[in-house]
This record gives sequence, structure tokens and C-alpha cells, in this order.
Amino acid sequence: MPGIEDLYREIILDHYRTPRNRGELAPPAVCTEGNNPLCGDDIRVYLDVADGVVRDVKFSGQGCSISQSSTSMMTVAVKGKTIEEVRAFVRRFKHMLTLSEDGESVDQSINLGDIEALQGVVKFPVRIKCATLGWNTLLEGLDEATK
Amino acid sequence: MTVAGVNTVLDAAVIRREFPVVTSEINGKPIVYLDSANTSQKPNVVIDAMTTFMRESYAPINRSAYTLAASATEKYEGARAAVAKFINANSTNEIVFTKNATEALNLIAYSWGRANLQRGDVVVLTHMEHHANIVPWQMLQQERGIELRWVPLTSDFQLDLSSLPTLLTGAKVFSFTAMSNVLGTINPVEKLCAAARAAGALAIVDACQSVPHSPTDVRALGADFAMFSSHKMCGPSGVGVLWGREELLEAMPPFMGGGNMISEVRLDGFKCAELPAKFEAGTPPITEVVGLGAAVEFLNGVGMANIRQHEIAMSSYALEMLTSRFGDDITIHGPRNPELRGATFSFAFRGIHPHDLSQVLDQSNVCVRAGHHCAKPLMKIIGANATARASFYLYNTTADADRLADALDSASDIF
Repeated sequence: MPGIEDLYREIILDHYRTPRNRGELAPPAVCTEGNNPLCGDDIRVYLDVADGVVRDVKFSGQGCSISQSSTSMMTVAVKGKTIEEVRAFVRRFKHMLTLSEDGESVDQSINLGDIEALQGVVKFPVRIKCATLGWNTLLEGLDEATK
Repeated sequence: MTVAGVNTVLDAAVIRREFPVVTSEINGKPIVYLDSANTSQKPNVVIDAMTTFMRESYAPINRSAYTLAASATEKYEGARAAVAKFINANSTNEIVFTKNATEALNLIAYSWGRANLQRGDVVVLTHMEHHANIVPWQMLQQERGIELRWVPLTSDFQLDLSSLPTLLTGAKVFSFTAMSNVLGTINPVEKLCAAARAAGALAIVDACQSVPHSPTDVRALGADFAMFSSHKMCGPSGVGVLWGREELLEAMPPFMGGGNMISEVRLDGFKCAELPAKFEAGTPPITEVVGLGAAVEFLNGVGMANIRQHEIAMSSYALEMLTSRFGDDITIHGPRNPELRGATFSFAFRGIHPHDLSQVLDQSNVCVRAGHHCAKPLMKIIGANATARASFYLYNTTADADRLADALDSASDIF
């Protein structure tokens, strides 16, 4: 059995206890909602996109330590990036969680930084949905913001 | 007899030896299975009945003359007779095998509902229903424009019956759970059925959480329909039971069409088979029904009244122990009186998210469910996005409750 410490790394618990970019953004920022039917968690991601760049991002909602910290780290990572950079970053993240269907489109040179701590989630397959909830909600927001 | 200071009428420490998963280990540590409200474990007699049937007697039912098929049919119908007796049904014609209780509820909403409910007709449900007793009616609401009314809860997790006569006025259906799968609340089923009848409404009892845990007499309940799932009562998954009063089932149009449910098919139409085949289209889960029959026999052997007494004792012990050990750090969403509840406990603990909690408990092989328990409206009403839920059955002992408490303590070390 994988050790619980592989899951609850200190950086993850830090983002859980002190989430970054928690809050809301008023329209015209887009808001998308994601639900995890497994545990009833829901997350809203607010995205302010202008000139192809994520100017600001915030999140609200309730969830377990993994979904909350993963979303918190996500917001830190994507703020200020271009939409293309964000999409590449999400692909790299999902690839780390072995969810990427197409390895070739993943830019392995992208440094995930602290987010690497979430790699331990792979050993707890049930929790992968928790880790990706905020990220999938972000992708929906990007679609909304760019349509 | 006495187990760790608790008076109980059955010896769970002996009974659990009949359940291979309950007595197994993961990584050298015993499993503490506390998720029986979700699905129960299976005793050897059920496992053996199913494997023996597949090894020695498996054949189609109801359609072949050869000896093997006749014997398989006999075993299948024998299980139906056992189930009928188990809940004191009037006849085996009242026992329809479905996939599970969810399918049985869908069958009622689809078949009885479409034949009898029109725009504006009222169906009364309660705030403590499982999604299976909500969504089929909402589907009918979308299709037919029926009106749904809801019986609210009191602050002590009971149904608020003060508004019931008003809610039932003019209602066609009152469909409710016999026991909440989240709160553990046991509802006054006979009283609710009587109220439905007084209002001229059909009484439908979701008995999923009650039939596995206490004696059931559908005639005494005064209900019109009731349903439950085999997998929650020591039987296999894949089969459930719809019980209905014969004249109601008789008058209903069929649910699914296909083989077995017809007496005649021509190019210009069909005639339904007699009950209960009318509602059993296609090859049923034959082996699973045989397994359910063995589960019923097993439960009869233990005694349903004994199981109920054991669970009252377990509730009493768990409530007292958890409260004295954790005080205000634990919030149990449900009645405090063990006589008014089943041994299913949804709880919040020290602000730790239930999903994280269940993950940490898993380190001690303590199996609890975390989430919304397929009752999202109820969760919203009790103000919880999710809860952890520990549920006890006839094979659980006070030692299991203690292990749960020990594991809860270890969760605090991480968060």
C-alpha cells in the first residue's frame, strides 16, 4: 500500500490550509463550475482573459485537500501565461497524472514546479479526479473565454 | 450474550467468521468493513450456493423441458417463494425480480406513473430520499408536468409530519424511504402508509435500508409497493426485488418488452405474460436470484429481530463511545436515540474533509464511505457538502467501532 505521506505532501497541505487566489471575479470574467460526482465537491473557476493572456484567475467552492490545493497551485501557475502556454501546461500536468492520451503533444520541458508534489496522487487512482477537478474547470473557462 | 460490555442477542464475533471479506486482511492488518449501507459483504453460504448452482445446475429458466432446465427453474422460483415469505407477501405473484431497488423505483414511475399520472397530479416525496426515489419522479415531472411536494425534516432529523396532511391533500403518490441512508433515521412507515391511504394516495416504500436490518411484513405496513436490493442484505449484486399489491401489478402496463414477459406475440401486437413474468423481460440474473434465496435463508437463520437488536446495541455503543471520546470534535448527523435509528452514522470530524478522512482511515483498513451518499438535496438541507459515513451490520462488533475511533485519532495527526 502506498504511504499516505506520498499523497499529503507538505506543499499540498500548505495550499489546502492557505489557498492562493481564493475568491471571485466579477463579469466580464468568465465563471465555470466543475463537480466531482464521487464526493459531491464543486469548484468555480473565474478567469479574466484579455489579449490572449490570463490576466487574473480565482476560485471558490468546496472540496477535499487534494482538489483545493491542486486548484490553488493551478491558479498560481497559470496567472500571466498566454492561453497557449496555459493549455500546454495543463497537458503537461495531465501527463504527469498519466491522463494524457497523446504523449507527443506534451512538452516535457515545461517545469511544473511545486505542482510536481501532486505526482503522488497517481498512487491513489480514486483521487485523480480530485486533483484534476480545478484544471478541467479551467479548460472549460478557457473555451468559454475564447469562443 | 455480552460482547465488550454490550448486551446483544447475536454473536457477531461468531457470525463474522462466515464472511470471508470481513475476516480478511490487507497488508497484514484486518479489514474493518463499515460500509454495509452501501453494500453488504457475502457469507459463505451465499457464495457456495452460487458457485454450486453454476457448477452443477445452471440452465435457462422457464423455457425448456429438459431436466436440468426444470431444476434451474425450480431453484429460481424457490428463491422467489423464499423472498415472498421473508416479507410476508400474499403470493409469489407479488414478487418481481429487478436489477436492484433503483430499477424497481424506475419501473413504478415509468409503468404505473405513465398510466396514472397526468399534468398537475401530485407526487409527495421527502427531503431524506436517495436519488433513486427522486430522479425517476423528476423525469416524470419533465415529461408529464406532475407536481412534486416534499416533506421537510425536523431539527432532530425526523420527518416533519405536521405538514403531512396538507402536503398529501389531492396527492396521487406518497413515496418515501423506510430508513434514511444518510441520517439513519427510521421512519414510521405504518403511520405514513396510513396517511397516504387516508388521502387516497399510493404508498411506495423504499425499503432498501430497512429490509436487510429488521423484520419486514409488507401486509402489516399497509403499503402498495416496496422495493429493496439483494446486495445490501448479504446477497449478490445484480438483483433487486419489487413487491407490489397484486391488483396494482395486474393493472399496470409492462415496463420492458422482450422475451419471458409475453404470452403471445404476432406481427400486429402482443399479449403480456401473467405475473410476475410480465415484469421480467429477458433472461434474468438466474444465479444471483439463487444467491438471494440463500441470503434470505441465512438471514432467517440468524433472525431478523436479532439483527435489529444487535444493531440497536451497536448504535448505542458507537454513539456513546464516539461522543465520549471526541466530544464536540465529532458531529453526527442523525437521531441520538438508538431505537429510532439504524446503525448508519454520517459524521463530520474536526473539520477534515470526508474524502481526506476516508483516505486516512483506509490506512488502517477502515472502510467508510465519503461523499453525498446519492442524497444531494438532503446534504444541502443538513448543510454538508459531503459527510463520512460508517455503517454497521450483523458482522460488526464493538471492536470495529473502537478501530474506527482509533483511526479517526490518527487522521488528526495529518490535518
